[in-house]
Amino acid sequence: MSGRMELVCPAGTPATLRAAVQAGADAVYCGFRDETNARNFPGLNFSPQEMAEGIRFAHDHGAKVLVAINTFAHAGAVDPWRKAADIAAGAGADAIIAADIAVLDHMASAHPGTRLHLSVQAAAATPEAIGFYAKTFGVRRVVLPRVLSVQEIAALNRAIDVETEAFVFGGLCVMTEGRCHLSSYASGRSPNLNGVCSPPEMVSYDEDAGGTAARLAGFTIDRYKPGQPTGYPTLCKGRFKAGDKAGHLFEDPVSLNAGSMIVALRSAGVTALKIEGRQRGKGYVTEVVRAFKRAVEAAERGFDPTAIDSILASLSEGGRQTTGAYRKTWR
Amino acid sequence: MPQIGLTLGPLFFHWPAERLRDFYNRIADEAPVDRVHIGEVVCGKRMPFSDPVWPEIIGRLESGGKEVVLSTLAAPTTVRERRSIEEFCADERLVEINDVTALPARGGRPFVIGPLVNVYNEATARFLIRHGATTICPPVEVSLKTTGTIAAACPETVFEVFAFGRLPLALSGRCYHARLHGLHKDSCQFTCEQDPDGLAVDTLDDQPFLAINGIQTLSAQVHAVLTEPADLAALGIGRLRLSPHGCDMVEVARTYRALLDGRQDPEGARVALTRLGLPGDLVDGYARGQAGSRPVVHA
Repeated sequence: MSGRMELVCPAGTPATLRAAVQAGADAVYCGFRDETNARNFPGLNFSPQEMAEGIRFAHDHGAKVLVAINTFAHAGAVDPWRKAADIAAGAGADAIIAADIAVLDHMASAHPGTRLHLSVQAAAATPEAIGFYAKTFGVRRVVLPRVLSVQEIAALNRAIDVETEAFVFGGLCVMTEGRCHLSSYASGRSPNLNGVCSPPEMVSYDEDAGGTAARLAGFTIDRYKPGQPTGYPTLCKGRFKAGDKAGHLFEDPVSLNAGSMIVALRSAGVTALKIEGRQRGKGYVTEVVRAFKRAVEAAERGFDPTAIDSILASLSEGGRQTTGAYRKTWR
Repeated sequence: MPQIGLTLGPLFFHWPAERLRDFYNRIADEAPVDRVHIGEVVCGKRMPFSDPVWPEIIGRLESGGKEVVLSTLAAPTTVRERRSIEEFCADERLVEINDVTALPARGGRPFVIGPLVNVYNEATARFLIRHGATTICPPVEVSLKTTGTIAAACPETVFEVFAFGRLPLALSGRCYHARLHGLHKDSCQFTCEQDPDGLAVDTLDDQPFLAINGIQTLSAQVHAVLTEPADLAALGIGRLRLSPHGCDMVEVARTYRALLDGRQDPEGARVALTRLGLPGDLVDGYARGQAGSRPVVHA
C-alpha cells in the first residue's frame, strides 16, 4: 500500500462538518435529512442547501464530502432516493455512498462521472460480490462489513481492484449491517427502510421493585438494580436468557477502537479509515478526528502499534472498547 | 385464478444427515408442496455433514414430482464456501441466490432471489429480473401490500412471500451458539445441532423474543401469513414459502394447501397450526406492515 491512508469522518450537522474538516479530516461523510440515509435521527443531517454549502466549505479547505444515500428505496416511491442522488451529484459531492441496487443503477446511468462507494449496508464481503458491484455499476470503493478479520481483509484486497474503507472507531454493529431486522421485529422501524435502529420514541425506562427495566417497544433489553446507571437499550447489546445462561448473548456494550490495528489495516491494503458517529457533537468529532489524524501520521512514519494506541488512549471515555472482528477473536 | 404455489424453503437449522433424509423422504411422499429448496444456507461448516446426502434427497424429491431448488450460502467467507456457491450455480436446476456473491456465478441463467437479499423496491426487482430472477421472495420485513406494489411493476416474475416459520432476522460474523458455550467459531463443536428449531432467547423478564442458530438470529415467535387466496392473488403473490421446523411440516403444508384451495378459512388454519406444537406463538405483524412481533389477530 503506497500513499497516505485517508481519514473519513462523520458529520451529522453543518457545524460538525466544519469541525471535522478543521480538525484534519481528509473526507467527511453525511446525509440528507430524510429516510434516504442510515442515520435518520431527529435534529441531524443536511438540507440540500446545507449540503451544497458544506461541500463548498470542504473543498475550499482541501477536504472531500461523501454523501450517504444508503438506505433501501421504498416500493412505489423510489424517486426520493434518485432525487437525493441527483442533488448530491449536482452539488459536487466527491462520492455517493449507496447500498440499494436501485440507487447504484441510477447513479451508474445518470451520473457516470460521480464516484460511487458501496455502503457497508450492502454487506459485500467476497471478491465475487465486490467484483459484481464494480463491474456492473463502476463502484470504486467498498466500505467493508464489520465482520471481517484483518487477514480476511488482506486476502480480499489481493483479489479485488477497488479501494476498501474500514471502520476504526465508534459504535459497532455485531450483526452484518444491511442484513438485520431485529429493530423492526420489535419496533416496526428498521435500519434498511427508515435509517433507524432501536428508535428512541419506542424506548421506556420502567421502575419496579427490582430496579429499572430498559425496554424497546415493550421488550426488556436490559435491567438495572436501583441506583445503577442505566444504558440505552440498543437491541443487540442487551442482556437476555438462553439455555441456562443469562448475559450479553450477542455483544457486550462495547464500542470499536481499532487504533492499534491501523498499521495492520494499512498492510492489508486498506485505503481509507472510517470513524462512526454522525449522531455525535462537534466537540467529540474534533477530538476523535485530531487523535486519529495523529495516529495515521504516526503509522505512516512507521511508529509501532503501542505508540499509536497511546495517542488514542484519551478517547476511551471510560467505556469498554474492542477491536471487533479485526483480531479474529470472533472466529 | 391460477393456483398459488407452495414452496418448502431451505432448512436453516443443523439437523443430522439421518434426520435430513427422513424429513425430505416424507416431504417427497406426503407434503402438498410443489417446490422444495435444499442446501445449507446459514453455516458453511455444516456442509460436510449435509453435502453427502443431498444427491439422494434430490432424487427422492424429483421422483416425488417436486421441483428442486438449490439454495446457496447467505454469508460465504472461505474459499471452500465460495467454491460451493459456484458449483451450485453451475447446476441446471433452479438456484436460490442468498448473497450477491452468487449473482455473477449464475451468469444470467434463471434463479430465485431469497429473503436474505435486499429487494425492497421495483427498481431493484427489475434489475434482478433482467439478470435472470424468475422468483423473488422479498425480505421478511416487507409487508404484503408492499410486495404487491413491487409485483405490480414486475408482472413477468413470480413473487413469493415468507409465510410460515421463525423469521430469519439477522446474520452475523459471529456464531452465537459458540459464544454461548464459551467456544470459538472455528472450534464450535457444532453445538447448534442440539437445537433443531434454534435456541430460544428470552428477555430478563421471561418474554419469548428471539432464537439463535449459529450465526443467524431468528424470531422466537412463528410468523404465519394466513390470508385468503383471493387477496394474495389480487396482490400478485404467486407463492407462499414454508420454512422447515421440527414440527409436523407435512401437516403445516396440508393446512396451507387447504387454505389456498379454499377448503379451510384463515381462522381454521390458525387453529390447526397452533395444535402442531410450534416453537412459539403465531405472529404476522410484518405482513400487515407493522412490527414483526405483533401477534396474529384471532378471528
